Amino acid sequence: MTTQTAPKTKIKIAYFDFTSCEGCQLNKLNLENHILDLLEHVEIVEFREAMDDKADSYDVAFIEGSISTPTCVERIHDIRRRAKILVALGSCASIGGINAMKNLQPIEDVREIVYGEDKYLFPTLPAMPLSAIVKVDYEIHGCPMSIPEFLQVFKALAMGKAPIKPDSPVCVECKLRENECLFDRGMVCLGPITRSGCDAICPSFGQFCTGCRGLVPNPNKNAMLDILTDHGLSLQEAEKRLLLFNSYQHPDTFK
Amino acid sequence: MSKNLDINVHHLTRVEGHGNIVVNMKEGRLEKAELQIVEAPRYFEAMLKGRSFHDAAIITSRICGICSLGHQMTSLKATEDALGLELSEQTILLRKLLVNGATLQSNVLHVYFLVAPDLLNAPSVFPLIPTHTDVILRALRMKRLANDIGDIVSGRAVHPITPVPGGFTKIPSVGELKEIRRRLVEEGIPDVLETVKTVKALAGGIPNFVRETEYISLKDKNEYALYEGDIYSSDTGITDVHDYRSITNEFVVPHSTSKHAKNARSSYMVGALARWNNNYSQLTDTALKAAEELGLKPDCYNPYMNSVAQVVECAHCAEDSIKIIDQLLEMGLKDEKPNQTPTKYGKGTGSNEVPRGILFHEYEYDRRGNIVAANCIIPTGQNLANIDDDMKKLVPEIIGKSKADITKHLEMLVRAYDPCISCSVHLLNVDFIDDTES
Repeated sequence: MTTQTAPKTKIKIAYFDFTSCEGCQLNKLNLENHILDLLEHVEIVEFREAMDDKADSYDVAFIEGSISTPTCVERIHDIRRRAKILVALGSCASIGGINAMKNLQPIEDVREIVYGEDKYLFPTLPAMPLSAIVKVDYEIHGCPMSIPEFLQVFKALAMGKAPIKPDSPVCVECKLRENECLFDRGMVCLGPITRSGCDAICPSFGQFCTGCRGLVPNPNKNAMLDILTDHGLSLQEAEKRLLLFNSYQHPDTFK
Repeated sequence: MSKNLDINVHHLTRVEGHGNIVVNMKEGRLEKAELQIVEAPRYFEAMLKGRSFHDAAIITSRICGICSLGHQMTSLKATEDALGLELSEQTILLRKLLVNGATLQSNVLHVYFLVAPDLLNAPSVFPLIPTHTDVILRALRMKRLANDIGDIVSGRAVHPITPVPGGFTKIPSVGELKEIRRRLVEEGIPDVLETVKTVKALAGGIPNFVRETEYISLKDKNEYALYEGDIYSSDTGITDVHDYRSITNEFVVPHSTSKHAKNARSSYMVGALARWNNNYSQLTDTALKAAEELGLKPDCYNPYMNSVAQVVECAHCAEDSIKIIDQLLEMGLKDEKPNQTPTKYGKGTGSNEVPRGILFHEYEYDRRGNIVAANCIIPTGQNLANIDDDMKKLVPEIIGKSKADITKHLEMLVRAYDPCISCSVHLLNVDFIDDTES
């Protein structure tokens, strides 16, 4: 952080992690070509994974991970009180993500499968996105979070502007990249009802969309199920695929 | 200095995940020295039940962002073992290249961003940016190169896209591989050599602490084992990967949401130092020279030297990647479809060396290719008992120092293991159903 060229007031940002793989934070450290430029405009005041310092308040708190224990609930309330703007980073924080798959089974069963007779040693709650507990100002979707979207939100907030929220499906971006449709290649894909903003990265690398960015507003889920079953999945398989990252938003939809 | 000591480091910084160090000494008697793991459990093994073999690696790579490639590789190997999916030579070489890239990336991140601040008495890497700009830029350049291997071969370094059961959904182009090779030669190797110099200059700050323990890693007859091999213990020798449970013997302790493990003794160590002790003679020449330069000798019993072994592995991974790319280019890249037609169903085990040590995944599949039971054993979980044992020996040895100094020694010790706590907490046993029907 070079102080001599920096603007007078840098915005103070902090990073926190809850129940997650910390891959979104890592993805941010993977902005090797941008990270020093970003640091010209902001001051990182708390980031446990990379530094010892702690702070009392922050302009923007970026938060990765789901809420899944009583301690998480206390911590997120505390962070919300200290943060002017709170941004959910990645699917676990924005939509519950892969963590919420455990909600599909009775919580007692889940605890027993993993810890056996020691299951009561460690308290747990159904996995939730941050918005289930506190007000979330902005969401950066994806598993891991999309780097272009992170940069766009980061720049907008650094300039005091509201970031744009993508709401078209992944198919739009996939078409713009002129990819051959994966359904035409005999695969099944969740692109038609998944929120864009990832530049259709998975289909562009020949892999189906897993729905990691959450569903578009007002998705036609029945039509999606029809497409999936028309392309060879059983109804049960199609439902399971849809719930991979979206179990929290739609726990009852496909029962 | 009094013989009473009470240390409680809440949410240790500069490690992946949430852990506390708690040490308690009363009148010269050590009552408690433990690393408490307080990360929220995630219950992956329960989530995997009923999921298709297409989804298993997509789910398990999310166990850990830092080791996502390692989890993915191990998961794919377990699935392929269970379903009898054969791999092409090209697939295996591309996977080995990915493992080298991920190991290089993770080791650089750990040594430069998490360990170096301790050796320079800084609270993080950020204050070092103006004072050590060239070193930071070099670290970022090395990380970028390592991540570019992941981005090009697997679509994305964090939660890779293209590796699927039986192969890859997309193969990198010849031009992309040649460009990576050029950068490895022109930037990668020179940067590794400079890293050796930097670390050598700082190595005086590495505490001199010795505790011999059991070292466990993969071992392969042909190469420095990262992607394949048998289990090797410095105490008990070779064990087949399928018998991993006879080595890991996991157990629950109340102070950790991650299970502990033990084999021949009360604890064992996995990771770069274990790999070094077990397999050093198979490293590339540049790596062996780096080890000599840094004073890392075979049978090193100082756990703080794990970070040095990671630097040595950086040299190996960069040099070995060049070799693999040459092999791929010589064979000629083929646009292969992944082999996804199961020839059997039942149980399968996969094991890989990931940056923090040996990783195991075991799945059992039903006849529709859905998971019946899953078990994943994580390196950090395997190291936890060893960390506790290290602390129990270390604290009495340094009790004459100030509390701040003791705390720093303990924090550095835990960091040296490069713990990946998020990884370590999800997973515990599923008792496998009787396998007679599979």
